[in-house]
Amino acid sequence: MIVQLSHPQRQVEIKGPKRTKEVLRELNLVIEAHLVIRGDELVTEDELLADADRIEIRPVISGG
Amino acid sequence: MNCTKCPTSTRAVIGLPRHNAAFCKGCFTTFVHEQVARAIKSFKMFTPEERILVAVSGGKDSLALWHILLKLGYRADALYVNLGIGSYSEESHRKVQHYADTVAAAHGAKLIVHVVEQEAGAGIRELATVLHRPTCSTCGTIKRYQFNRAAVEQDYDVMATGHNLDDEAARLLGNVLHWQEEYLDKQSPTLPASVEGFAKKVKPLCRLSEREIAAYAVVNRIDYIVEECPMAKGSKMILYKEVLNRLETESPGTKQRFYWGFLEKQTKPEPAAESMAEKDQRTLHPCTTCGQPTTADTCSYCKMMAKAKTATPR
Repeated sequence: MIVQLSHPQRQVEIKGPKRTKEVLRELNLVIEAHLVIRGDELVTEDELLADADRIEIRPVISGG
Repeated sequence: MNCTKCPTSTRAVIGLPRHNAAFCKGCFTTFVHEQVARAIKSFKMFTPEERILVAVSGGKDSLALWHILLKLGYRADALYVNLGIGSYSEESHRKVQHYADTVAAAHGAKLIVHVVEQEAGAGIRELATVLHRPTCSTCGTIKRYQFNRAAVEQDYDVMATGHNLDDEAARLLGNVLHWQEEYLDKQSPTLPASVEGFAKKVKPLCRLSEREIAAYAVVNRIDYIVEECPMAKGSKMILYKEVLNRLETESPGTKQRFYWGFLEKQTKPEPAAESMAEKDQRTLHPCTTCGQPTTADTCSYCKMMAKAKTATPR
């Protein structure tokens, strides 16, 4: 699957199918600091993501 | 994962471990509105008749706050301060204007814009260089001044900011780590208009985490600027938030307990604490077996050894 990441903007490829939490773990990202979006819908950490999916992992922390 | 609130168990879009819950889109929106309504009521922030000025930046928190207040039926206008940080300010200004035109206007709400460069003759980066001050500190001073001035001059009853649970927990951690006790009073979700010329300030998102607010923005199609302010890179606040999020992942509810616990202690001052020596003198007496101080008749050591002597080896 193609994973779109921010800060800095980049794309990585991860072999699917995998659950959201496994994808985050593989990228060493904490769930509490990120949202995972498929299309324009949020997906939960137990959602099974297919190899053909394109997802965005959006960071939620701001400097404030 | 299914919604824990829906009778039909619709597919959830977000899991909230700190509440031991998961919500579908509709229930999540209701949950967020209820959390904001609770904060407004419990911290006596404002009434439906009062005029609110929301400080907006184009980010998720402030646009979500404006959106929630309008959906809850409050009279909320907004002020955007264009800081003159190149393409970042252009993009955030565009997002705020888009929201004002496409959503807020239909609620009868208006957007006020202040451009730093027009009044100061330069953007904040240039001002910070000239003043030999960090950019974030220059930015903070300008924003606080302009928001307060607009609220007072244009007769708003209260000024609302998008500070969330993560902002407040991270700020509390920073203040406690450095024992900056003088700043702790300013961490209340409602700051009164203490003197003439100061607007009342409130933080209606203080019960919601940063992730919950970002999720609310996505679910409700609020187009906000995802890009981080280029000046915030390496900020201490981000480091504190990362540390707290690690703890939150291992132990859900940590941020909430840390900040809410602080607020509770702040509102209910504890009576003069008994000293450790006084407490020991009141509760301890000699063990009936060995004579060492204990709160029980027989101390833990003597009980353990007595049990060991009578126990059968495995």
